[in-house]
Amino acid sequence: MEGSGASLRQIVIPGEAVGGPGLKPGPGTFKSGNQILAAQLGVRSEQDGSVSVIPLNGRYIPERGDAVVGEITDMGPSHWLVDINAPYPAPLHATESPWRVEFGDTGQYMKVGDAILAFVLSVDEIKRIQLTMQDREARRLQGGMLVEISPTKVPRVIGKQGSMISMIKDATRCRIYVGQNGRIWIDGSDADATVATRAIRLIEERAQAFGLTEAVRDLLERETRERRGTP
Amino acid sequence: MEDIEHIEKEMKLIDEKGVRLDGRKYDELRPIRIEAGVLRRADGSAYIEWGGNKVLAAVYGPREAHPRHLQDPARALVQCRYNMAPFSVSDRKRPGPDRRSVEISKVISEAFSSVVFKEQFPRTSVDIFIEVLQADAGTRCAGLTAASVALADAGVPMRDLVASCASGKIGGVVCLDLNNVEDNSGDADCPMAIVHGTGEIVLLQMDGHLSYEEFQKAMDLSINATSQIYELQRDALRRRYSVTLDEILKESPPAPPAPQAPPPEPVEEPEPASDSDFGPEGI
Repeated sequence: MEGSGASLRQIVIPGEAVGGPGLKPGPGTFKSGNQILAAQLGVRSEQDGSVSVIPLNGRYIPERGDAVVGEITDMGPSHWLVDINAPYPAPLHATESPWRVEFGDTGQYMKVGDAILAFVLSVDEIKRIQLTMQDREARRLQGGMLVEISPTKVPRVIGKQGSMISMIKDATRCRIYVGQNGRIWIDGSDADATVATRAIRLIEERAQAFGLTEAVRDLLERETRERRGTP
Repeated sequence: MEDIEHIEKEMKLIDEKGVRLDGRKYDELRPIRIEAGVLRRADGSAYIEWGGNKVLAAVYGPREAHPRHLQDPARALVQCRYNMAPFSVSDRKRPGPDRRSVEISKVISEAFSSVVFKEQFPRTSVDIFIEVLQADAGTRCAGLTAASVALADAGVPMRDLVASCASGKIGGVVCLDLNNVEDNSGDADCPMAIVHGTGEIVLLQMDGHLSYEEFQKAMDLSINATSQIYELQRDALRRRYSVTLDEILKESPPAPPAPQAPPPEPVEEPEPASDSDFGPEGI
């Protein structure tokens, strides 16, 4: 991860050419004639013969299989309505919950205001969304705190194969769940959670930086030494 | 009554050498400055100063379209609100929407609706807010130019940036970018908005009369001007993110600066709260 940033991380704006014939248009781009143009403000990236633009900003658009941290906003006799920070309402049907819920008994299991970790079960062509909690990881989130970041920064917080987030987890001894929708749930002692929050804020601020992992490791080491080292 | 008309006719908006009242040539723009990402709560924002115009633009969305019956199951709505502050003009403007601002909102939202990839976000709306803080003729062009930057800043997928500029006729000469005096006592004003890459015209209005030849001339002037404006828009967007990129590249080797507060007490509850509200200050 060295070298001059300008050439490697080129910022493109909508309508700017990002590739010609011979390349395939990936996410964040579109084809116009035989040129590929950027559809979004972002960073150009080329991989396996296709160009894409990694957006620098934007809303969360749910996709099938995403892990999301949501908040219950409404309840029906057989479903909950969950706010997942998307432009669309996301219902969680009682049959998709981890419990056997009798018709009308939804309130016994989860109430308005509860936070959950759920998965996007399906998204159809008109973007109707269904959530599921039929997963080992899915659960009601009790205690802890929520941090919200820009959804475009989530991959940086997670890191390659989860390297970044597991580093934060190990250093702060917190339980952390990162939703693809930019919501992060942190549970640990107040001091530890503060450190974890700082680390996440640092990643959000410097998402495009080189040597981000090192910067975060430094922050974590310094903070944890202050918190519990110095006998 | 006759006197006033007499004075207006006498007023020379452009002299024999082709110099206008503010010293510009017929094909010169007023100074323009654009800044992207000025508002924290909005998904995207921009501020523009264009001569005496000061305009703020904010973009939200794609988000759930508010009155549910307006939702379109096939595509996103592009909604716009153009609003002038009561203090933006010399006489106090009565606040609230009026015939003029409703019309401008409509034409601007239509201009953007032809560049945004609406099909990617069915049932949602992209909301554009344009607030004119100070007006000096050409506010719809300034507002549209700023809104285009704000839209890109919000990460809304779109075909291209839209740049906008007006031309008109003063003292019988076709001129670019009329200012307030020229607009009020000139012969015609013709704002247009152009998609930079394709040259499509997405907004075209005219107040006053232009002959076919004059109109062609006005269009050429505006088209040339919009490519200059496009450069400014692009620079504003690049600057917004390259600042952070440069800072990052400079700062990341020596690791982030020391924690801002002296840390005698490990328990500092209010800090994470303020962090999450206003983002990291100095970490």
